[in-house]
Amino acid sequence: MAMVGDAISHAVLPGIVLAFLITGSRDSVTMLIGAGTIGVLTTFLIEFFHKKGKLQTDASIGVTFTWLFAIGVILISVFAGKVDLDQDCVLYGEIAYVPIDLWITKAGVVMGPRVLYIAGTVLLIILAFIFIGYKELFLTTFDPSFATAIGISTITWHYLLMGAVSITTVASFESVGAILVVAFLIAPPATAYLLTENLVKMMIISSILGILISISGYYLAAGTDGSIAGAMAAMSGVFFGLAFLFAPKEGYIFKILKKQSAPTRLE
Amino acid sequence: METFIDFFSFTDPNVRYVVLGSILITASSAIVGTFTFLKKKALVGDAVAHAVLPGVCLSFIVYGEKNPLVLIIGAFITGWLALTLIDIISSKSKIKEDTAIGLILSVFFGVGIFLLTIIQKSGNAAQSGLDQFLFGKAASLVGSDLVTFSLVSVILLIAVYVFFKEFTLIAFDKDFASTIGLPIKTMELILTTLTVLAVVVGIQAVGVVLMAAMLITPAAAARFWTEKIQVMIWLAAIFGAFSGLSGAYISYVAPSMPTGPWIVIVISTIAFFSFFFAPKRGIIIRYLTQKRIQRHIVDENILKALYHLGEEEKNFFDERTIETILSKRTLQKEVLLKSLRRLKREGYLKNSNGYWSFTIEGKNRGQRVVKLHRLWEVYLTQYLRIAPDHVHDDADTIEHVLTPELEARLEKLLNYPTTDPHESEIPYA
Repeated sequence: MAMVGDAISHAVLPGIVLAFLITGSRDSVTMLIGAGTIGVLTTFLIEFFHKKGKLQTDASIGVTFTWLFAIGVILISVFAGKVDLDQDCVLYGEIAYVPIDLWITKAGVVMGPRVLYIAGTVLLIILAFIFIGYKELFLTTFDPSFATAIGISTITWHYLLMGAVSITTVASFESVGAILVVAFLIAPPATAYLLTENLVKMMIISSILGILISISGYYLAAGTDGSIAGAMAAMSGVFFGLAFLFAPKEGYIFKILKKQSAPTRLE
Repeated sequence: METFIDFFSFTDPNVRYVVLGSILITASSAIVGTFTFLKKKALVGDAVAHAVLPGVCLSFIVYGEKNPLVLIIGAFITGWLALTLIDIISSKSKIKEDTAIGLILSVFFGVGIFLLTIIQKSGNAAQSGLDQFLFGKAASLVGSDLVTFSLVSVILLIAVYVFFKEFTLIAFDKDFASTIGLPIKTMELILTTLTVLAVVVGIQAVGVVLMAAMLITPAAAARFWTEKIQVMIWLAAIFGAFSGLSGAYISYVAPSMPTGPWIVIVISTIAFFSFFFAPKRGIIIRYLTQKRIQRHIVDENILKALYHLGEEEKNFFDERTIETILSKRTLQKEVLLKSLRRLKREGYLKNSNGYWSFTIEGKNRGQRVVKLHRLWEVYLTQYLRIAPDHVHDDADTIEHVLTPELEARLEKLLNYPTTDPHESEIPYA
């Protein structure tokens, strides 16, 4: 399912633009709703072309997200004057501007960076979602037929999960952009997956990795004056590379050593 | 109309460049894309498109100016490296291929963005325009771009022409290809190289994200119209070229419109149209066929139920109520009524005051279904050694499918048995 996350992160673009155009504001709740809707629609279209049209999954994903993204870009150019969004920001964001974009209440009190609150809220929503739906998510992920047998709707949870992916994507949009958010969706869990077999441990490890990636990425960018989001994505690749080579058990080097120490012929 | 003529007379050299460039790129990526599509590696193109960015930036940093050839070589190297890494990760660890694609794609792109921002802040004036690799610049293609595009397209076309047989084989039956001694590794290497080449060039026209569409969508659309690979490649190329042309035209008519996204919109529209309306594989025709078969099965099941009732009461032409039929076969009442009316229209049933009865044709058809059911049960028990209490469901399905030819062969093979495994009589006409 990793590439569906990629697809959603691109495909939510028209949702965001439309939400802008309809409400005329950069109100985050509207944006989240717009993007969430398109995200679920994307998932639905991918499934539809795959199941009803017998189109292979990879092609179904590729056709759907490029189409929606193209619509998004066209909407941006048509309403260039009205929409305060540009292509660069959409693709790779600019986290360095986050502190400038402050949330100021009507009374004039400065509450700090606006994006921080959005990201925080989304974090809470996601945590609550996983906490409440842990059992259902676990079952529908690992054993869909058993889940169906005991009366858990795989489809509902699938769409809920995809909705959660869309919300996360949108929340990250302004700071890291559509493509780099994919690095943060995929790299930490993939790295953690090489380190453990246990789902709870995997979630904890990937959260810790996420934090490590952010910190190391930030200092890398600060030291070289480059894009923070880009540096973070690069660091997530470094962490994955380390795990791929040195993980105890799953690591490449360990596997080679094990192969060498194994008896090559019967004595 | 005037703009239409202006555009298609191609007197404006600018129009010529844009149109020719777009068509060359879209058609040649569609052709290469057909093979990646058939190999079920459609998203690999997406990964390459993102992965060329660090290469472009690195070669700029090393070389210090925007020489297109140098940039393309850099792009080529990282694009290629990305594909190799995806292969290594998915074959040497438990990470699945799609995860590996997503990971490599976004990490490479991250490195690219990181390098790009460093270059932008370095103050080197020559850097402006590097971000064309991100968003494409189909609308501002110039003569020198066209030379590069044509060169690459010619290489792609020649390679596909020369290795057509080999590519087809590794796309469909890799094992067979290796058995007859084809150098699979080399062939895959060539195909990968061609994909990277198509992406590196195409990306300058439509940008990082939409490049995937240039490879996948024409092939996906073409797949719905044909089963032949030659036809599929031609169709994909034509679809691609048409979308390239229309994209160029749209941004000529409305200059504020970006060419790349419009190319994608046109090709996606073609693809969606194909998904739904293609004559054999389209969603609508599939749906209709499915409905027709469902109706056929319901009809035959009702005729069968009436025949069973006739057997029990030793009177096939008696009139029966809907409730009696429902007691024999559980069905939704609306479905039953619809089917009864259909059967009456087709002359299999008669209806008087809400009582339904067989016509001769109806009885014969019901009898045939029952016969096929029981013959199949005999076949399963005798030839496949399946226990008699396990054969009913299977026979319930096959009875609607067996053709008269198969029916004759079954009768002969089983030597016209008189009863089925449950001691029910097999009715011969």
